[in-house]
Amino acid sequence: MAILVQFAIGLIFGLGLIVSGMSNPAKVLNFLDVGGIPAGTWDASLAFVMAGAIAVTFFGFKRVLRLARPFFSARFYVPTRTDIDPRVVAGPAIFGIGWGMAGFCPGPALTALGFGSTSAFIFVAAMCAGMVLARFVSHLPSLTRFVTPADPLET
Amino acid sequence: MTVTPFTPIASLLGGALIGLSAVLLMWATGRIAGVSGIAARLFPPYEDGELAGRLAFVVGLVAAPVLVRLATGGLPEQTIAAGVPVLIVAGLLTGFGSVWGSGCTSGHGVCGLSRLSVRSLVATVTFMAAGMATVFVMRHWS
Repeated sequence: MAILVQFAIGLIFGLGLIVSGMSNPAKVLNFLDVGGIPAGTWDASLAFVMAGAIAVTFFGFKRVLRLARPFFSARFYVPTRTDIDPRVVAGPAIFGIGWGMAGFCPGPALTALGFGSTSAFIFVAAMCAGMVLARFVSHLPSLTRFVTPADPLET
Repeated sequence: MTVTPFTPIASLLGGALIGLSAVLLMWATGRIAGVSGIAARLFPPYEDGELAGRLAFVVGLVAAPVLVRLATGGLPEQTIAAGVPVLIVAGLLTGFGSVWGSGCTSGHGVCGLSRLSVRSLVATVTFMAAGMATVFVMRHWS
């Protein structure tokens, strides 16, 4: 039952990406292209996606987190860290470069797989390799002495 | 580049669906709907016993366009301009960076900002700025 519900929740996320237009990397790139503002090619849609998503999540989280526990789990796993460490800047900086190159972030890239696109498949394969590499490097004993661990609860 | 139409209503509605999904995942599993974290944990090392649920979420993400195609007979436009070498480098950077910074557009951008997390605000401003700078260099410096 819990598995079926999580499938449905993923489906709603994917439908949201399609309805919002974010399954099209061209729309994402045209939002990031602030240099296109004078020419009139800037597409502000992504800001509206974020606004719609945050409005629902902000009030929804407030309600849900008042419950004693989640429906299928013993407790909530809400991030607690508040420090700004180098990783929370370096990671997004690296991710942002990749995002700006192809117009894909992880969610839309996975949904793009269902469009049957070969390009999306290539991107997702490379993305998964990058993810495995990041987790591998994080777990290297020589590095854990120098770098604070990532917050496993944030994603 | 392909010019895309500004779609404020559809984007707001689609965004609300993404928000609904994030709220439902918190209600069901007590976890943040961060796609990079969910996708990365499909691979070892496995730290908890929630692989099946994460896999189901990702299958749902991939199944969404299949469902749309079955229901409406078509799919909205999808233009992927990047060639294979760019896709590979961009994919590696996206995967590595989102896991290194413990979040992407969903985990930090949607869920983190909704929790008023300063870490997520720093992350979101950083990836937005890096994305904008990258597009600027690729489109306007060449």
